[in-house]
Amino acid sequence: MGSNGDCGNGTAAAAAGGGLVVPKIRFTKLFINGEFVDAVSGKTFETRDPRTGEVLAHVAEADKDDVDRAVVAAREAFEHGKWPRMSGYERGRLMNKLADLVEEHADELAALDGADAGKLLLLGKIIDIPAAVQMLRYYAGAADKIHGESLRVAGKYQGYTLKEPIGVVGIITPWNFPTMMFFLKVSPALAAGCTVVVKPAEQTPLSALYYAHLAKLAGIPDGVINVVPGFGPTAGAAITSHMDVDSVTFTGSAEIGRTIMESSARSNLKMVSLELGGKSPMMIFDDADVDMAVNLSKLAVFYNKGEICVAGSRVYVQEGIYDEYVKKAVEAAKNWKVGDPFDATTNMGPQVDKVQFERVLKYIEIGKREGATLLTGGKPAGDKGYYIEPTIFADVKEDMQIAQEEIFGPVMSLMKFKTVDEVIQKANCTKYGLAAGIITKNLDIANRVSRSVKAGTVWVNCYFAFDPDAPFGGYKMSGFGRDQGMVALEKYLQVKSVITALPDSPWY
Amino acid sequence: MAGERNGGEVQPANGVHGGEVQPANGVHGGEMPEIRYTKLFINGRFVDAVSGKTFETRDPRTGDVIATVAEGDKADVDLAVAAAREAFDHGKWPRMAGSERGRVMLKYADLVEQHAEELAVLESLDAGKLLAVVRVLDVVSCVSSLRYFAGAADKIHGETLKMSRQLQGYTLREPLGVAGLITPWNFPSIMFFSKVSPALAAGCTMVVKPAEQTPLTALFLAHLAKQAGVPDGVINVITGFGPTAGAAIASHMDVDMVGFTGSTEVGRLIMEASAKSNLKPVSLELGGKSPLIVFDDADVDMAVELAVSASLFNKGEACVAASRIYVQESIYDRFEKKLGDTMKSWVVGDPFDPRVNQGPQVDKAQYERVLSFIEHGKAEGATVLTGGKACGKAGYYIEPTIFADVKDDMIIAKEEIFGPVVCLMKFKTEEEAIARANDTRYGLAAGVVTKDINVANRMTRSIRAGVVWVNCYFAMDNDCPFGGRKMSGFGKDLSMHALDKFLAVKAVVTPVHDSPWL
Repeated sequence: MGSNGDCGNGTAAAAAGGGLVVPKIRFTKLFINGEFVDAVSGKTFETRDPRTGEVLAHVAEADKDDVDRAVVAAREAFEHGKWPRMSGYERGRLMNKLADLVEEHADELAALDGADAGKLLLLGKIIDIPAAVQMLRYYAGAADKIHGESLRVAGKYQGYTLKEPIGVVGIITPWNFPTMMFFLKVSPALAAGCTVVVKPAEQTPLSALYYAHLAKLAGIPDGVINVVPGFGPTAGAAITSHMDVDSVTFTGSAEIGRTIMESSARSNLKMVSLELGGKSPMMIFDDADVDMAVNLSKLAVFYNKGEICVAGSRVYVQEGIYDEYVKKAVEAAKNWKVGDPFDATTNMGPQVDKVQFERVLKYIEIGKREGATLLTGGKPAGDKGYYIEPTIFADVKEDMQIAQEEIFGPVMSLMKFKTVDEVIQKANCTKYGLAAGIITKNLDIANRVSRSVKAGTVWVNCYFAFDPDAPFGGYKMSGFGRDQGMVALEKYLQVKSVITALPDSPWY
Repeated sequence: MAGERNGGEVQPANGVHGGEVQPANGVHGGEMPEIRYTKLFINGRFVDAVSGKTFETRDPRTGDVIATVAEGDKADVDLAVAAAREAFDHGKWPRMAGSERGRVMLKYADLVEQHAEELAVLESLDAGKLLAVVRVLDVVSCVSSLRYFAGAADKIHGETLKMSRQLQGYTLREPLGVAGLITPWNFPSIMFFSKVSPALAAGCTMVVKPAEQTPLTALFLAHLAKQAGVPDGVINVITGFGPTAGAAIASHMDVDMVGFTGSTEVGRLIMEASAKSNLKPVSLELGGKSPLIVFDDADVDMAVELAVSASLFNKGEACVAASRIYVQESIYDRFEKKLGDTMKSWVVGDPFDPRVNQGPQVDKAQYERVLSFIEHGKAEGATVLTGGKACGKAGYYIEPTIFADVKDDMIIAKEEIFGPVVCLMKFKTEEEAIARANDTRYGLAAGVVTKDINVANRMTRSIRAGVVWVNCYFAMDNDCPFGGRKMSGFGKDLSMHALDKFLAVKAVVTPVHDSPWL
């Protein structure tokens, strides 16, 4: 199936045909208070291999009762346990130990995410797992650098601030980067001295359970990290509406972000931070090296099958190089190999599950109906599993659905622009504001556009240039609160002002 | 409803202070202020509501109407947001240098200072606040808040990031956009500036909705902003009610953040409205049930003095009011007697009279609410030591009230009363005091009275509150962060932290090619 002769349909078929590597699955139960336990209800759910649609494992299905137990454990560990009381330095030592353990098990973990999420095994080994390790080590080193300030307040007072751990944190993570997202939230929470209840996405519950096991091995006290796999409307909702959870941090869709914020508002007004969807623009100016621009923009939208919140899904190309760009971009998309993510020559694996697969195909149909020109792709690839061809639409208008809504798949909307002002205006014509890319050699354009675009991250002549030290999060309906960087610690800390009277001092 | 009137006349609580107190009708000295601004302030002009509707704002000393004020609703909020959006997207304010914004804010501060007397009278009249206190405290705080943040406007820095690969990174901290600011009636002017000053410094534009009980000073302050040279559309003031004007702001798709101070119930509604609309970030400074903990080694006179002002200041209409007082057992009896005596000599009456310690509650609803809590306390079995009734034949006056024998699970020990009502409790050990102080859904403030530095340090670490005052209370400062934990909300007012609410962090990353040094 599919007209792109060399887009890798053959590989997808071969992958489906057999010889699939399936990792050994060791942990499938809830992790509460340092023990792997069954759900109170005894229920389990299936997690599937997106290469085949076949069941990979049966995982304990947490619901409200299990969340209650996990929160009690986390509360006990916070109120009476060692974790928030030990020095930041000691917490950092244990976090570094956990980082070492993750590193030692990198191959097994990459395979687990590969099978569970359809992610490329090779990239898991060289990007996802090492990045998670780096994140842990970054915050391990931050744990003993959490300072308040002393205040020179007016009048006869001595003032200072304490930054204290906020308490029990609910962490709800998505399925597209199961490992990265786990450590993106868990690492700063641990550094701050919080205890956590993590609900990984139901599509990809496996690696989080493995990390819980490693955390115990590293010596992180029982109850500090609890993992409750399950579904959003049950386990997720139980966390967000829990009266004894002090903060919720979430990465996922804007729709669910909304539900989470509402349930906090209706329960104990816990602090919420949301990292939501995006429709990030990639802006390519006339002076760009076209080959480099094609390479970067291809990566920006097809990387991880387009299942990434910062995907550069709207590509704006200045008119002087537009035609050349189109020709080369189509070629590049056709050469982007779709197939078994465990095959080292594959560029793109299957979408994570049937729902996402159908959702992406639906958007492709909408694009055609709206009158955009399909330049390449546009169909499923392979006869089994959830593979989709890399797809490029041209002649896209700003008000089309495919230019406004997050597709979360390998679909690029291509648009032409004339002036810098025009592209700024068009880039900002979205409810989202997560990321943006700029390709130019001109320093003035780079500075002007990076100031003017409303996005939490701007990448100039690069994309996906994440770093533990670079804050990450959205403007507008891409959410609020930042992950990464020292600023992410703020989500897990409370500021307390302490003022004492300072009578009869000869010097104020 | 609770509280038979205290004999027909307004009296100092329990009849101390030589009998008569000032009559509660007629401004003291006769200087009824001229009410100059009663319309909505949108895009630099005072305008009627689209609907043409108005509402009454009343003098809490008498219940008489002071003025009829334009009643903003959704249509007016839309106009105000459009003006603020235009001023943000195309206006000078977010584009001018921080130092220039600071200069305009300093000018604004000077104007507020010049109009201090008019502002103070307006504030006292509308909110029933003590004129003498408003003069020396509220107005002065407004001016200093503006000046503090004026000086912060040119100190908003991003950071340069030394990233771990061949990348050059930096962060920009950019104004968030249009801020919706919803303020309460207990400190109308202070609350106006606790939100507006940092928003201005950050370069945001804003739509302010003051409480419907106290709309007058915000309109006056909008007028002064224009005089100071704050561009049209940067500050808009929509007077009106929560369910209409407030809800229109909180659910507006083109408002980029909401800052709110008020009750936990309304904070909840605001957060929900954001969740249902454009997911704007929200910061909430909500209620409290703050403990004041007095240890054995305290100077009892000083502790009583602190307890009285901590609980009765501003008629108990303060979110940080110390409404639970825990006293260690060996000094409890002395403390109780002295507190009772002091409260009996606390003078309730016309807030324009400089001898008066406590004016009327802000309106009928609050007045009745406080009296109903007092009835609850009696019904629950707490002992009324002093007060416990309304006083005066007109207006919304309530006697300073102390309950003893209060249990931690009584309604009066758990819920925010927002009136001159104190729950007095005895404790034995420090551990007990910590546990009981933290046994509340709130976490706004706490007070500790002790001479022992070890007790002070342990208590300040262990109490879950946004601010802990040791041997002092209400020691607010522009440079000192303020805001709650638990169900007292999240987000900070005051200090450089307050700027964060109005700023978005943007990370900018470029590759570093072929550099001999990274």
